[in-house]
Amino acid sequence: MNLKPETLQRIDEVITHYPVKRSATLPLLHLIQEDVGYLPEGTAEWVAAKLEIEPINVHGVITFYPMFRQKPIGRRHIRVCRTLSCALTGGYKVCDTLKEEFNAELGEVSPDGEVTIEFVECLASCGSGPVAMVDDELHERLTPEKARELAAQIRAESAIRASAAAASA
Amino acid sequence: MSQTAPSPDLVTVNIDGQEIAVPKGTNVIEAARKLAVDIPHYCYHEKLSVAGNCRMCLIEMGMPAVDPATKAPIIDEATGKQKVNWIPKPVIGCGTNVSPGMHIRTTTPMVKDARESVMEFLLINHPLDCPICDQAGECKLQEQATGYGRGYSRYIEPKNVKPKRTVLGPRVTLDDERCILCSRCIRFSREIAKDDVLGFTERGSYSTLTCFPGRELANNYSLNTVDICPVGALTSTDFRFKMRVWFLKQTNSICTESSVGANTVVWSREGTIYRITPRQNDAVNDTWMTDSGRMLYKEVQAENRLTRPLVRGVAVTADAALDAATELLRSAQPGTVAIVGSGRSSVEEQFLTRKLAEALGDKVGAPVSVVSRVGEGDGLLLSADRNPNLRGALITGLIEALPPTYAPLAALAAAIEAGEVKTVISVGEDLAEAGLSAEQLAKVSVIYLSTHANATSQAAAVVLPTLTVFEKSGSFVNQQFRIQKFAQAVPGPAGAADDLATLSALIAIAGGGRGGPVSDRNAVPNGRVETLWKALAAEVPAFANVTYQEIPDDGLLLDATPYASLPFVEGETLHHKPTTPISPLNERATTSTAA
Repeated sequence: MNLKPETLQRIDEVITHYPVKRSATLPLLHLIQEDVGYLPEGTAEWVAAKLEIEPINVHGVITFYPMFRQKPIGRRHIRVCRTLSCALTGGYKVCDTLKEEFNAELGEVSPDGEVTIEFVECLASCGSGPVAMVDDELHERLTPEKARELAAQIRAESAIRASAAAASA
Repeated sequence: MSQTAPSPDLVTVNIDGQEIAVPKGTNVIEAARKLAVDIPHYCYHEKLSVAGNCRMCLIEMGMPAVDPATKAPIIDEATGKQKVNWIPKPVIGCGTNVSPGMHIRTTTPMVKDARESVMEFLLINHPLDCPICDQAGECKLQEQATGYGRGYSRYIEPKNVKPKRTVLGPRVTLDDERCILCSRCIRFSREIAKDDVLGFTERGSYSTLTCFPGRELANNYSLNTVDICPVGALTSTDFRFKMRVWFLKQTNSICTESSVGANTVVWSREGTIYRITPRQNDAVNDTWMTDSGRMLYKEVQAENRLTRPLVRGVAVTADAALDAATELLRSAQPGTVAIVGSGRSSVEEQFLTRKLAEALGDKVGAPVSVVSRVGEGDGLLLSADRNPNLRGALITGLIEALPPTYAPLAALAAAIEAGEVKTVISVGEDLAEAGLSAEQLAKVSVIYLSTHANATSQAAAVVLPTLTVFEKSGSFVNQQFRIQKFAQAVPGPAGAADDLATLSALIAIAGGGRGGPVSDRNAVPNGRVETLWKALAAEVPAFANVTYQEIPDDGLLLDATPYASLPFVEGETLHHKPTTPISPLNERATTSTAA
């Protein structure tokens, strides 16, 4: 496990919040996913050792929650709602458009490494569906056209980041 | 409250109209069991923590009505009894502990409906292929489906697909589709075996029982998960698909692996043993036993099993072998015969071994050594003393002190080297393994009663084949000084004679050596366990008031006080705390004959 020093610090701190160490399983997994982007192999053993429990207990938690990822994702994480309101107002079409734009399979990293597109359950904005989240940012009343614009925007931002990185290098 | 039990530790409850007083803290399933009321369940196991996840044990529960303000009982005018406030929804029996005046109903339509619904849920994804399932015949799901199943399914959706034939460990195979997620195996591994490797992954109907990737269920208690699995999910790799359980005969036996003396059931058909499972004895092994103990039946049909008497390596008839033994014992100078007895022999055999020693000696009897077997105890059901019946040797008077834990035959070896011992009778002990060198063996004539061929049988003058524990009846005294009976499960191989008959014949021969008639050797007056016990009761003080028939299935605790000061090697096990200090020799004993 190659974690940032501040993550390690937060991990040690969060364990003290609970009467039994085992209770810190979920917060620790969240912190690791925030840091690494996903839960790499060896997470269960590392967390178990940290909390003095057996790895199988952590493994059960990791597989229980779909929001814990065991594989890396693209640079941006696109989550399209497919619960009833959004499904009725065209969430699937939005998702198909995004998949087409990035040439990506659902749940897989796009070939350019830019995005991972996933269906998720309700994002709690049923009145403005269909909705999708790009990382932590909510996009409402999407249409296939708007989805294409969104894709273009993501690529543009990526190009800026790439050139900035090239300039600094 | 009028229904409160008189004793403060007892609680009176009413189950289906019957009152019963049970200890505080008893749950409803156990209380009902005492009234022979069966509450079906899957996840609940009396020796494990309560999980309450299968929901099969739903019952109706009510409490006596009291006035909320005055706490005075509310009396039903129609019956004149205190009213019962029934909870409108069913509750689980396993997770509900009794309280004073509690009323339980297990036969109402609500309970029946609940059981039928739970069954229907459990069967949604459970394969209905009982004819090809190894658990059929001892499957709780199958059993309850008979009582509470619909007989047809309302589901047209395909069933879940999960891993099949998963190898969980060296002895356990898992079929995840059959798993009903009761979590008994997980709790057993965590709570009893202390090897927390099993768990559920995924969620909802995708929940899957797994071992942590890269680990395996390999502890020496893994097969207990197979026993407690209510369905055909966990199966014994050794036993699965070998035999239908309803064809198997069950015989009560005792595990010979160590002095714990785990109670067992031997499952056999037509003279072949198929498996050994634990038999519940709450004072000895609860409902568990070791994996290694279950494999001991393999010795019955082992390659090196002795099936013919041998004289100097040549197969002969039983008569010829006894003739050879007669000649050896008669030609021996008085005082040059030694006996090696065994902590693996039954109480009855040890008694006859003692008789043989007495018959052989002039005044003091032939010297007797017993081979110690010391290994590492696991603190649960495998004790440091790997002899199942060392205490029997003390009680029957075969030996007076514990054998040395290190080099148990050193004294005998010295006597052989000094030329004091010319003939050795070994009752089931491999002398070579126990420390006699090939040269020492060559210096003596060995009469060897044995089940299996080994270095000693090759060197022996006379080999008399005997029976394994599965082929004879008798008793062992375990580390708690509990005498426990085992019964014959299968017949012995042709050519092998019962140990008691052979020992009786040798006693007759030895007696003949002092002038008695040799022909008595075929009469074997003590060849039967029940007959022999008359002599045991008469001559062994500890058994003065005991008859073999009266020893209960869960054993009889004998008085251990005469032996309280002896340094037994056992440490603490599941239901045994040593009263004497652990032998200091124990540490050195690792080089002895421990298995």
